[in-house]
Amino acid sequence: MEELEKTTIEESKFEKALKSGKFTITSELGPPKGVDIEEIKDAAELLRDVIDGINVTDLQSSVMRLGSLTCCHFLKEWGFDPIFQVTCRDRNRLALQSDLMSAYAMGIRNILALTGDYTTTGDHPQACPVFDLDSVQLLWAIKTLEEGKDLAGNELTQKPSFFKGAVVNPGADTEASYELQIIKMKKKVSQGAQFFQTQAIFDAEVFKKFMERIHRENINVPVLAGIILLKSEKMANYMNKFVPGVFVPEAIIKKMEATQDKASMCIEIASTLINEIKPYCAGVHIQALGWERHIPAVVKNIK
Amino acid sequence: MILTEFKPIEEILLKLKDEKKIFIIGCCGCPEGANTGGRKVLADMKEQLEKEGKVVTGILEIDFLCQKALIRSRIKPRTDEINNADSVLIFSCGIGVQSSAAVLNKICHPALNTTTFGGITGMWQGTERCDTCGNCILDCTGGICPYSSCPKKLENGPCAGQSKGKCETDPEKDCAWELIYKNLKKIDRLDILDQFIPPRDYSKILPPAKLRKTKLWALDEEEMI
Repeated sequence: MEELEKTTIEESKFEKALKSGKFTITSELGPPKGVDIEEIKDAAELLRDVIDGINVTDLQSSVMRLGSLTCCHFLKEWGFDPIFQVTCRDRNRLALQSDLMSAYAMGIRNILALTGDYTTTGDHPQACPVFDLDSVQLLWAIKTLEEGKDLAGNELTQKPSFFKGAVVNPGADTEASYELQIIKMKKKVSQGAQFFQTQAIFDAEVFKKFMERIHRENINVPVLAGIILLKSEKMANYMNKFVPGVFVPEAIIKKMEATQDKASMCIEIASTLINEIKPYCAGVHIQALGWERHIPAVVKNIK
Repeated sequence: MILTEFKPIEEILLKLKDEKKIFIIGCCGCPEGANTGGRKVLADMKEQLEKEGKVVTGILEIDFLCQKALIRSRIKPRTDEINNADSVLIFSCGIGVQSSAAVLNKICHPALNTTTFGGITGMWQGTERCDTCGNCILDCTGGICPYSSCPKKLENGPCAGQSKGKCETDPEKDCAWELIYKNLKKIDRLDILDQFIPPRDYSKILPPAKLRKTKLWALDEEEMI
């Protein structure tokens, strides 16, 4: 049997940065609820030459929007390095494999494999939750495509090759959920995960403990710590109440309460945290949630 | 009646590959009607396992394996044989495997796949639910069904949506994986969670047309002849 042709897209900027050992920075953009691609371009331009890769969320919080794949395609056209977020909520294994191949055909190599929020958390609670694959099985599907086969064992005409990432939550709040995060992280690595982005952290100690634990477990895949730009004390209280795995310590909330200049405090909190955890991770993933304009200042403060 | 079919013997032997001593439990309810249970089926399995060099520490038939109180009373006189076994092989629907796992401090391997609810008669179940999916993996998940207990049907671990052990979809609902972890920890078998579970075979969910015309599924045609 003739060896399948291995098509190669050049290593992405993000992949090169992470492999070089440089402290790597990614951020993310949420596609608009509409068809105007300029919105995402304006946000991306604020990040040009500031960060190494841009995640594009996949119907985040189960809210119907413009697609991640389409936005990744445009980002690529504009000279950015997109990371295509793929969730298992809306597509079965046929559509997932097809979209992965479509991404590769458009020159998109970076994938972030996620389970996805449940349908009832979003704006179409009546929708059918698919979850045909889970995030570990999605990584397995990517690995299988890279071997030149689909999940049914049929041969592909070319072998795509991706740079594959997954997520992990360092702030799981019960013994079972913490241990299961570690177990699942190991499974993700064994199914081909090459990098991790974490759930947002605010407590450097929690993150350090998590990183020490994964080193003890011999998990040697680069981890980018999730950093959310905190806009107000109200946002902190909201996340503490409603966002699983995210915990903003009281000291940070107090700092935010005490200032009128929320933006400067936001930059200070984020850069202090990043400098504190920098020795323990390969980089950070900054979620600006509309405050992309402040990312350059945060990055500038990284020592 | 809840309809079940035999798992292929190769799959059962693979599940039991690291185990030497097996206790067998069969439900006298639905599996007898579906020809996947009953005295002879259990005796045949004993013989097959012994041929493979296993030791069968005992066989127990229980009327309704969906009833935990009944299981508790029936296993009492057989405690030694059960404790002496490495694991338990269960001939029942997914509900019976789950209720057995809830009562016995052993890994409970399903010997059958549950394919469909032919009808509802004969059920005496507790809180356990079966998705009748024909892909039973209850021995990999501590006797908690990830398909009927986790809204996202996650087979390889929880999502990050759980909070304080409760589900993202309902703060009063236990996260299925929290329960899976606790069950396996209780019997010191967390090692089971390291294995990768491939996606479920959805082609097995639809009961075949042939079955739909038999008295096991619908009385219409056969009874009229």
